[in-house]
Amino acid sequence: MPGHTLKTEEYFITKEPYFQPVGEEVQVFEAAYRQQLPVLLKGPTGCGKTRFMEYMAWRLKRPLITVSCHDDLTASDLVGRFLIKGGETLWVDGPLTRAVRNGAICYLDEIVEARKDTTVVIHPLADDRRVLPMDKLGELVEAPPEFCLALSYNPGYQSVLKDLKQSTRQRFIALEFAYPVPELEVTIVVQETGVAPEQAAHLVKFANMTRNLKGNGLDEGASTRLLVHAAKLIRGGISPVTACHTAITQALTDDAEMLTAVNELSSSLF
Amino acid sequence: MSRAPLSVSAIQDLLDHCLEVEFSFIKTETPARHLARLPRADQDFILAWVKRLASTHIQLAYQFIERTISVLSALDKGIIEAWAVHAMDIYDRFGLRPALIVIQEVDDFMRQARERKQGTVLAQHARVLLHFLHGLSGRELKLEEGAQAYTDTESVFLPAVISTLETPAENFRIYKVMAAYFWAQNWFGTFRAPLMEFVTQQARPEEFQARFHRLETLRLEACLRRHLPGLYRDMQGVAQALGTAPLPLAWQEAASAVAQPGVDVYAVLRICAAQADRLPPCPPAFYQGAFSLEQVARVQAARLAQEKARFRHALYKLQSELARETAPPLVADAPEFRKQIPEPGAGEQLETMEITVDDKPVPVPENVKKLMTSIIQDLGDLPDEYLVPAGPGEYDPALLGEDAIDPDEVWRGTYHEEGAFLYDEWDYQRQHYHKNWCAVREKTLEPTYDGFVTTTLHKYHGVIKHLRRTFEALRDEDRLLKRQFYGDDVDIDALVEALADTHDGGEMSERLFTRMHRTERNIAVCLMVDMSGSTKGWINLAEREALILLAETLETLGDQYAIYGFSGMARKRCEIYKIKGFDEPYNELVRGRISAVEPKDYTRMGFAIRHLTQVLRAVEARTRILITLSDGKPDDYDSYRGRYGIEDTRRALIEARYAGIHPYCVTIDQEGRDYLPYMYGPAAFNVIDDVAKLPLKISDIYRRLTL
Ligand SMILES: Nc1ncnc2c1ncn2[C@@H]1O[C@H](COP(=O)(O)OP(=O)(O)OP(=O)(O)O)[C@@H](O)[C@H]1O
Ligand SMILES: [Mg+2]
Repeated sequence: MPGHTLKTEEYFITKEPYFQPVGEEVQVFEAAYRQQLPVLLKGPTGCGKTRFMEYMAWRLKRPLITVSCHDDLTASDLVGRFLIKGGETLWVDGPLTRAVRNGAICYLDEIVEARKDTTVVIHPLADDRRVLPMDKLGELVEAPPEFCLALSYNPGYQSVLKDLKQSTRQRFIALEFAYPVPELEVTIVVQETGVAPEQAAHLVKFANMTRNLKGNGLDEGASTRLLVHAAKLIRGGISPVTACHTAITQALTDDAEMLTAVNELSSSLF
Repeated sequence: MSRAPLSVSAIQDLLDHCLEVEFSFIKTETPARHLARLPRADQDFILAWVKRLASTHIQLAYQFIERTISVLSALDKGIIEAWAVHAMDIYDRFGLRPALIVIQEVDDFMRQARERKQGTVLAQHARVLLHFLHGLSGRELKLEEGAQAYTDTESVFLPAVISTLETPAENFRIYKVMAAYFWAQNWFGTFRAPLMEFVTQQARPEEFQARFHRLETLRLEACLRRHLPGLYRDMQGVAQALGTAPLPLAWQEAASAVAQPGVDVYAVLRICAAQADRLPPCPPAFYQGAFSLEQVARVQAARLAQEKARFRHALYKLQSELARETAPPLVADAPEFRKQIPEPGAGEQLETMEITVDDKPVPVPENVKKLMTSIIQDLGDLPDEYLVPAGPGEYDPALLGEDAIDPDEVWRGTYHEEGAFLYDEWDYQRQHYHKNWCAVREKTLEPTYDGFVTTTLHKYHGVIKHLRRTFEALRDEDRLLKRQFYGDDVDIDALVEALADTHDGGEMSERLFTRMHRTERNIAVCLMVDMSGSTKGWINLAEREALILLAETLETLGDQYAIYGFSGMARKRCEIYKIKGFDEPYNELVRGRISAVEPKDYTRMGFAIRHLTQVLRAVEARTRILITLSDGKPDDYDSYRGRYGIEDTRRALIEARYAGIHPYCVTIDQEGRDYLPYMYGPAAFNVIDDVAKLPLKISDIYRRLTL
């Protein structure tokens, strides 16, 4: 089937994405959305932040524009820039501007990765002015009520230098994401992969063992995402111990002794 | 060609010198005569060790020769070396007497050494087993060597060597099963019952304890079978390899009774008391080790008091935080904490609890969660009196255990060097790492406020001015790049030109944009300053001056930097002196600490490189540099001399490079060219021929390094 090209601001998610709420995140996000408050999603990697945004976009019936931030991301990359075509200058909106104009949900993933001077362009959008100044055009774009700004941020592994500035974070409603309690995580793994519930329960138990090691030799424990990966391998006929080793353990560390220890843990479980 | 053996008198001279016979009145003639019969290589080997031991304690060295002579026939250099090192280590930890015992009981040591060869040594697997224990969840157990295998509810003690089965892999399996079993005692609540009391109340306490121990082990075995089926298979496998007999018939009924899910330690105690006559003595499971009930009671009582205080203090803090967050009207009455079990668990699975206020769960910090787990592990519950926040007056720092650890305190402790960082060291002869070999303590240098800084700034006044000017040009700056293919803005000049060109029928240029270019240096540099005894005098002065000048330069550049001094005396006294941390500004205090840099002990380098590698890794920077300022080869009073030290340092540098760090060395040792290329690589060092020039050159070297 040939790929079908769509402009992001015209792309509506039509099929309900599977999202398992862990707390009141859906209600809080909806309330914030109605009150036109921007939202900050905090949480470790692979705990369902992106999935949550897809789900909310579907629920609120708005297009979702996601920008993955990196350390070379400039303000122009977000807002827009001039191009030249046939001797004429031509302004091209950046993703943030397109989201504002179209009343979409704009999700800036891993915001701390962006350069500090980039982060400030979202400030006027994120307080009660809700406008996007476009200095180069000498214009202001007012955000319609449907527009929503969301950021994600992983407070865990970044260094102090990459902390989010107070002036930025204090503009947002913060939703904290954590790994779900075991029963829910089992449900997620089963739903996502169709693996047997007992297998999923073992995987979740294993994940929690690695999470016990966080800060004790591991920078981060296994995320729900890694569990889903391992479960998919198991569905594909790989033995649980091998699946855990390749999908989870190897992804967590390169330290030889830690690898051995974590493998001993998984072989104790299965 | 082998060299001729040393003569009796030559050996005696050497020994007399080493052992300070003038003062110690030790008789060296007999040992010298024995040694003289050996080939030269063996003589050198033994004499080298005598020397090293003598630097620790004369008596050790003397006893060493005596004993070595008795085992000369079985001369195995590896084992003798290990024996000597072990004795010095024991001396460091426990003093002369125990160390002498090690020397005297050489036969014991030889036997153990042979055992170690086939068996599995705890020290080699300690880290893996510790991670394994921590992964299993619950209170973070420590791992220690013990004559017997048991747990005191805070540490798991395992034997130093296991050589029961034939291969190291199989013996490791025994370690793993044991570790899991002692974890299970803690996790599945063996010590939730006051066992000491129970046992002493019995008519025949010893018999009762043995019976209970076996029966409780059967309960835990069933728990492990349910929770860690893979481990249970390991257990079975080992039992089979050991040829373990099946459980006596008389025990089987009781065994299946305690194997039921939901059976707790109290039920086991009941069965044990009720069936006293029906349960004859039964051989222990291979992994069950010992009970140390008295120790458990002591450790547990101390912990309970401490954790209760800490938990209530944590609630007190939580309370004040909540008060700050909620709107004023709610502050009137303090929040009432309650506990809640989110989902009723399956009985033996430890309950996770939530703390609630007004039926809403409150987020508790990670350390408080751990505290809660530990309390529930002890009591099976979070009793109501724990949920009362501590009053402002109830603050007992001793119970809270919050008083900072004084690095010097550590020497009063024994094996587990609390407050010290442990680093491996590379032994090139054995081609493996000594695990956790160096105990490294980070201390902060006490500042000295003498006239040194003023004098230096005055002395180098002109140089500093020049440095500032040169280095300013290297600073971070934003530059506008013109005529770019892409960019943030249109380059109007270029556009006008281009339009004119097209007008004239020419081709239109595509370079029509301006782009802001940030030259970010983004460098973090850590200076590692040799504070060994040999830097005394001119070298030390030059080092301090160099530090002042370099700091001035770095301030101009805006690079992130840290300064640490290092020195050490044997592997247990490795010291790192913080002069300026990455997060500290360059101020009076830091200048005072630079003034205070003074010669201390020896130059053990590996640990310093390893430690500062960690420090550097924790800072955010694109380029990380580690610059060593030194005056000579790695050297320490134990075996760190010569090739050993060079090889370990080289290894530490390889590890640093592997961690993305660029090491560089500036030395005043004229012989540096002989060994530095081997350690740092052909281009990563600079030998300064005149100490006095170090301060002048250092900035320039740095500039070239980071251009
Ligand atoms: N609550 C949840 N409901 C459904 N699926 C989930 C949930 N949490 C995690 N997952 C699963 O985990 C995977 C990873 O989640 P997601 O990509 O949303 O993580 P993330 O938080 O955005 O991570 P990152 O910070 O690395 O971008 C999802 O693809 C999904 O399979
Ligand atoms: Mg994501």
